[in-house]
Amino acid sequence: MAIIEIDNLRKTFRSGDVDVHALRGVNLVVQKGEFLAVVGRSGSGKSTLFHILGGLTPPTSGTIKIDGQSLTSLDEAGRTRLRRNSVGFVFQKYNLLPTLTVRDNIDIARDIAGRSEPWDATFLEVLELLGIAQKLDRKPRQLSGGEQQRVAIARAIVNQPAILLADEPTGNLDTENSNMVLDLLRHLNKKTGQTVLMITHDPEAAAFADRTVQMRDGELHSA
Amino acid sequence: MVYKLVYENLKHRPVRTLLSSLAIGLGVTMMLALVGVGEGMLEDQANRARGVGADLVVRAPGSSVVGMGSLSMNQKILDYVRAQKQVTLATPIGVHSTGGVSSIMGINYDEFAAMSGGFRFREGGKLTAPDDVIIDDLYAREKKLKVGSLLHTMNRDWRVSGIFASGKLARVMIPLTVLQELASANGKITMIYVKLDNPANTQAVINAMKQDLPEYPIYAMEELIKQFSVNNLPELKAFIGVVVSLAVLFGFLVVFLAMYTAVLERTREIGILKALGAGPGYVLGILLRETVLLAIIGSLCGIAMSYGTRWLIATFIPASMVQAIVYSWWPIASLITLAGAILGVLYPALKAARQDALDSLSYD
Repeated sequence: MAIIEIDNLRKTFRSGDVDVHALRGVNLVVQKGEFLAVVGRSGSGKSTLFHILGGLTPPTSGTIKIDGQSLTSLDEAGRTRLRRNSVGFVFQKYNLLPTLTVRDNIDIARDIAGRSEPWDATFLEVLELLGIAQKLDRKPRQLSGGEQQRVAIARAIVNQPAILLADEPTGNLDTENSNMVLDLLRHLNKKTGQTVLMITHDPEAAAFADRTVQMRDGELHSA
Repeated sequence: MVYKLVYENLKHRPVRTLLSSLAIGLGVTMMLALVGVGEGMLEDQANRARGVGADLVVRAPGSSVVGMGSLSMNQKILDYVRAQKQVTLATPIGVHSTGGVSSIMGINYDEFAAMSGGFRFREGGKLTAPDDVIIDDLYAREKKLKVGSLLHTMNRDWRVSGIFASGKLARVMIPLTVLQELASANGKITMIYVKLDNPANTQAVINAMKQDLPEYPIYAMEELIKQFSVNNLPELKAFIGVVVSLAVLFGFLVVFLAMYTAVLERTREIGILKALGAGPGYVLGILLRETVLLAIIGSLCGIAMSYGTRWLIATFIPASMVQAIVYSWWPIASLITLAGAILGVLYPALKAARQDALDSLSYD
């Protein structure tokens, strides 16, 4: 069952007096439970695709559906709802709120989604798996980069999103921590069936995915 | 959860929080100090008027009910008042302004002492010589005067002959005849305090006097004391209005600057919240709550600082000013400050709420 369906997706930015064609007719289908890596050089358009999939920016044209819901016609409020309910983000720079503890960084995502019930047993297992169950009362500055990224993963999946979008999740990590994070993403994908779409420029990271597609000059090609 | 974030944000920048709270509190203190001084001085004036021990007072035609008055009443009225059969004692008072709200009072010492139940001298004693002055203990403390010290006022030196416990109409008293002479107002007085044989007859005596002296304001002392109210001082009310407006402006500017800086500083964090699905209302709610909390802390600081101003006044200028703590103004001043703070946060909060998630996430 397809969870992401993209057809002829285009995105054009205006930069000064010049139109920049970041995406030039992208077509992509991702199945539910798939772990897909999108690889490409800087400026290839992979981050733009990530931003459109995450509802952070609208496309210029084309159609895009996540879990059956069309993003093409969504206004800002609709894209906000999409981010709240259907998408979980993991960023290269972790993007944790520095004033909150690990527990609160996870809980704020639940609060934004309007959920107040305690964490279920499955999520507690995920925390154990991520190795952060014993560090819930620490602030981000008290954690290593790898630990912060694992907290970001926990926050991204706490609301059981349809897709987990990871943008260069290992970009700021050393090899050991990179492998640990990628292992965890793969493990989560296999154990919980979480669909993962990972953007990376690193072929070694992409090797952890089930499938890899190549982004070049705003177009997708099979790797 | 939002409250936790708000609390942690405030805790994360303790100096900013403290300075913003103190600055917001200054507006509250300004209002509470001004209202407190107004109320305190009127209350002090009322207490001192009670200390005269009179039942009624006859004032000069056209004089203000709570004003100091001047030497404008013909002293012959005193003979008429003393002639009333219910009157057991009538004593004239002369008031001469020495600048601002300060004044010096001329009394017939023995009469005044008899009416008021006598002075309680902390040091020294009664007026005996023409250049003698008696002062109350607060005035002595403020001016650092002792018995035998020289007090320079009305272009001459006076010898302090006694320091009495405050609460007897005035802080500085000299012989009435000397005051009249110096003010070139021989035969003129400011008011007459009257003691009756039976206080229950006060209104009847006033009614009778008003028949004969229709132009003279005559008040029962209790009635007069009730007039010592901010409501009877339109200038003070107007000034309070000005200070309230300044406090709103102050709160507005402080919160505007503090929250504008906070929004700029937290651009990336706002982007994170938006990426997690927070809508404009959620972001707006965080900043509004933070402002309300700052305003509450600021109001508490302001209330605490108003005790500080009261201490300063009582310590350094106890005779010139009295500040009361007016509890009923605590919620008023706090709400006014809150209103200013909310006005101040509106622009930064709307700016934050409208921030683009993607741009905010790219902010370093």
